[in-house]
Amino acid sequence: MNVLNFVNAFFSDSAHWQGYDGIPQRFWEHVQYSVLALAVASAIGLPVGLLTGHTGRGGNALAFIANAARALPSFGLLVLAVLLIGFGLLPVMIPLVVLAIPPVLVTTYEAVRSVDPAPVDAARGMGMHESRILFQVELPVALPLVLSGLRSAAIQIVSTATIAAYVSLGGLGRYIIDGLYQRDYEKVVGGATLVAVLALATLALFWAAGRLAVSPGVRRR
Amino acid sequence: MIRIDSVTKRYPDGTVAVDRLSLEIPDRSITVLVGPSGCGKTTTLRMINRMVEPTEGTILLDGEDIQRQPVTTLRRSMGYVIQNAGLFQHRTIVDNIATVPRMLGWGKQRARERAAELMERVGLDTSLAKRYPYQLSGGQQQRVGVARALAADPPVLLMDEPFSAVDPVVRKGLQDELLRIQDELGKTIVFVTHDIDEAITLGTMVAVLREGGRLAQYAPPAELLSTPADGFVEDFLGADRGIRRLSFFPSAPLELTTDAVVPADAPAERIAAVRSPYLLVTDPDGRPLGWAERDRPTAGTIGTIEAIGTGRLLPYGRPFVPGADSLRVALDCAVLSPTGWAVAVDDEGRVTGVVSQQTIGEAIRAAHSAGRAEDEKAAG
Repeated sequence: MNVLNFVNAFFSDSAHWQGYDGIPQRFWEHVQYSVLALAVASAIGLPVGLLTGHTGRGGNALAFIANAARALPSFGLLVLAVLLIGFGLLPVMIPLVVLAIPPVLVTTYEAVRSVDPAPVDAARGMGMHESRILFQVELPVALPLVLSGLRSAAIQIVSTATIAAYVSLGGLGRYIIDGLYQRDYEKVVGGATLVAVLALATLALFWAAGRLAVSPGVRRR
Repeated sequence: MIRIDSVTKRYPDGTVAVDRLSLEIPDRSITVLVGPSGCGKTTTLRMINRMVEPTEGTILLDGEDIQRQPVTTLRRSMGYVIQNAGLFQHRTIVDNIATVPRMLGWGKQRARERAAELMERVGLDTSLAKRYPYQLSGGQQQRVGVARALAADPPVLLMDEPFSAVDPVVRKGLQDELLRIQDELGKTIVFVTHDIDEAITLGTMVAVLREGGRLAQYAPPAELLSTPADGFVEDFLGADRGIRRLSFFPSAPLELTTDAVVPADAPAERIAAVRSPYLLVTDPDGRPLGWAERDRPTAGTIGTIEAIGTGRLLPYGRPFVPGADSLRVALDCAVLSPTGWAVAVDDEGRVTGVVSQQTIGEAIRAAHSAGRAEDEKAAG
């Protein structure tokens, strides 16, 4: 049993490229879950990370919460959410967001904390407002690290979003879970390959974002 | 004028950084705050732009309490230069300098033009405008820091140990540049340093602070060197304050001897007429070549110095320019000269005369007694 044969067979079957269970549809669903989870995690993690990083207060509490969140098993959280809320998108989003917040939050906090204090002092001394100091002095310099936090969160979301299929939602997890039930290993390997491809695409996307958004003065190139 | 009126800064843990400090900082001059670490000099500076708030006392800017205006307005009216420059590494040099004008709402074009103008003023090549800070040397970065502080043309400039992180040669260049800029712009500069030499070089007035944030002495540098207020100030000034004080006396009044200066093609009679033991030989244009000893048989008997060969002359050392150089430079030249005589030249490098250590010593004594008389007049 050759994995490459499975991959080849899965992707060359034209039936897999059409309909509600076709690759484009499942891929698109997976991207949607991932983007939504990352957006929610960022909406919580970025502001809190930036603010605590800028003021330097609350760092210890932050580290504690983040570590506790990391210890939560995503699958267990999913089952619990479904039991409490019932089926739907929300119980899937909860474990994904909980998974993504620690890397976003902690990295953003550390990124802003580690900015050289001298330019910040200079900016304050020349009469810059605090919000401007955060967004125009600290964030541009912290950006590479902030992006790396977002990137690891995104990769973890992409690989974990397969659990959506357990609670009868779509996404690339469908192939893996259905394949396991049906003992259709071609499907399982195909689905896993697609998840890996999406993870790599995410990496590429963040690399491009870094090239575009980070100043050459910070990249030192 | 900035008036610091009985200001104290006490931290919650009880440490007193500044203790009832009162200072009047005159307009359009450089006031230096100097002292050992922990003397509260930086804290004092930072209270002027309210980066630190005083526990007691008031600071007045042109007669008005600085607490009365919004803190950002106050800070924007004062340039701020810190150690290591503190440049924004994600912005180009021109955009770094344009920061405050942009904050004040200037258009991008106008702010950049102003930035380019300032680059020239602080001695930076405008070809560096599009570079990023990491591409510049420490000295260049510090110049950018000064340009950025001057960008919106603030009347006051606060400088917190701006030159302490660069090597001595670059520091000397930056100090000269600051004095030149100050001649042109006439800002009210408050300058913090731990280096007493820097304080004496730059300061119109120097405030020496001691540990615990108390004022030890506030005086012009020459007075500091001539009459230190107490043992602390004397120790802080160092052992050679007498020599350093000579920097404040001009060398112009020195009486020069022209008798011992002879051209290389001078006849023997001319050489025989020299009364001093050494004679300074010059080329036909009057530029110095070196010293000859009058009593060495060769010089007297062979007739002209050309015959001895100028290669056998003693080196004349470094000459000084009366009028431009201080007595300290003249004395230094005399001490370094192998003959004990200093060579005076004009702007073109032509010899105007020579002067002995003894004559310089007399001039120093005269300058000192004149200085004392002036001090007494000021005191009485």
